[in-house]
Amino acid sequence: MTNESVAKAPKSTAPSAPGEALQARETRLFSLDGKPVAFTSGQTILEAATAAGRYIPHLCAHPDFPPHSSCKLCVVKANGRYLSACSTRAREGLEVESNTPELNGRRRTLLQMIFVEGNHYCPGCEKSGFCDLQALAYQLEMQNPHFSHFWPDRTVDASHPDVFIDFNRCIFCELCVRASRDVDGKHIFALTGRGIKKHLCINSRTGKLGDTDFSAADRAANICPVGAILKKHVGFSTPIGKRTYDATPISVVSLASLEASK
Amino acid sequence: MSTEISHHKTLSESIPRKPRIATTSLCGCFGCHMSLLDIDERILQLAEIVDFDRSPITDIKHCGPCDVGLIEGGVCNAENVHVLREFRANCKTLVALGACAINGGLPAARNTIDVGECLAEAYCTPAIAIENPGIPNDRELPLLLDKVRPVNEIVRIDYFLPGCPPSGDAIWQFVSALVTRRIPRLSYALIKYD
Ligand code: SF4
Ligand code: SF4
Ligand code: FES
Repeated sequence: MTNESVAKAPKSTAPSAPGEALQARETRLFSLDGKPVAFTSGQTILEAATAAGRYIPHLCAHPDFPPHSSCKLCVVKANGRYLSACSTRAREGLEVESNTPELNGRRRTLLQMIFVEGNHYCPGCEKSGFCDLQALAYQLEMQNPHFSHFWPDRTVDASHPDVFIDFNRCIFCELCVRASRDVDGKHIFALTGRGIKKHLCINSRTGKLGDTDFSAADRAANICPVGAILKKHVGFSTPIGKRTYDATPISVVSLASLEASK
Repeated sequence: MSTEISHHKTLSESIPRKPRIATTSLCGCFGCHMSLLDIDERILQLAEIVDFDRSPITDIKHCGPCDVGLIEGGVCNAENVHVLREFRANCKTLVALGACAINGGLPAARNTIDVGECLAEAYCTPAIAIENPGIPNDRELPLLLDKVRPVNEIVRIDYFLPGCPPSGDAIWQFVSALVTRRIPRLSYALIKYD
């Protein structure tokens, strides 16, 4: 998989006027579930599919950051091989399967493993209804976590005046790590430890968020896809029924929000 | 009574036997049962097509042979284990109803704490100012398990209906499918973990 990996995701690929003719001549295609998708050089399968309005489930990928490729929710079968769509470049003639019972079953299993690896009590979580992990589980009709729960002993860091971290819900996607490092320039977060001991750690003398220069306005404070990094004083402000994923599946929300940000 | 064998079925014989449903709440808050009542007037429809066996609704104490068993709540003590096994032994189809049955729910938040510490905190902490502090110890009280377990860690479960609680509409969609022998499947807006 590594030889296909992408070091840095290219930004939006809107062609400039003089380049358009060249672009048109160069239109290259791969197939996604039997239908053609156009891509430009350097685009990943996920980026090209998204630009074409086609949804591939994903959790740790974010259009503004290089791929992390850890959750494997975006796994597709390309020419018969399992690959992460978020970190594999599109290639001419590639035959990609994504929305199949087999792959969705594998994705459901991955979600179940993520759920039992942490402590996810959705009824008491402020992120419920806005959470990408939960929304993917709804979309893929995950009825239960299936595996035995780990019930890991994790804590909450409420030392910061405006933001708290509930480590019970961290899925190790490193989006906060990437945002704090690449956008905020603060290097506040990192993942450390291995296997079941893996955890998010905070770059301060005490290891507490309150002893860093973290701010609620930081990109890292606004990027967690689950309920691990949350603003204080605003929980449960949206009534049930009006939350992002209450009536609309993440496949629709995800494509619409990218369309809006163009 | 005549010993003659009739070749004509009576009316009640020609209608297929009504499915029997049993329900129980283990380590739950009865919220799922409240939600079952929240199907509103459809409960009359349900009562027409099914018979209720053991359930807080009927107050029948033990479960007889049933078609469908609905289990609310996770498993937190020895009695829960017995009741759950009784349901599994008697119900053809067993459904984990709601978040607690499915993953232990909020009661499972105690799972990272030693059960002795938990009891000491609840019953012996001077700050809580309870009369006669001390952990209750009566043979009538079922023993607590070290952890609150989802029901599928104790017995085989056939279907899972998530929600805290599942909405009346979700329960109706699910149960009406089951008792009419269709495979239950929730529509998107009815799958909720909260
Ligand atoms: S982070 Fe998401 S999945 Fe986890 S408890 Fe919160 S809402 Fe549920
Ligand atoms: S805190 Fe949130 S953004 Fe950071 S690694 Fe954990 S899940 Fe990802
Ligand atoms: S989205 Fe591709 S691995 Fe997480």
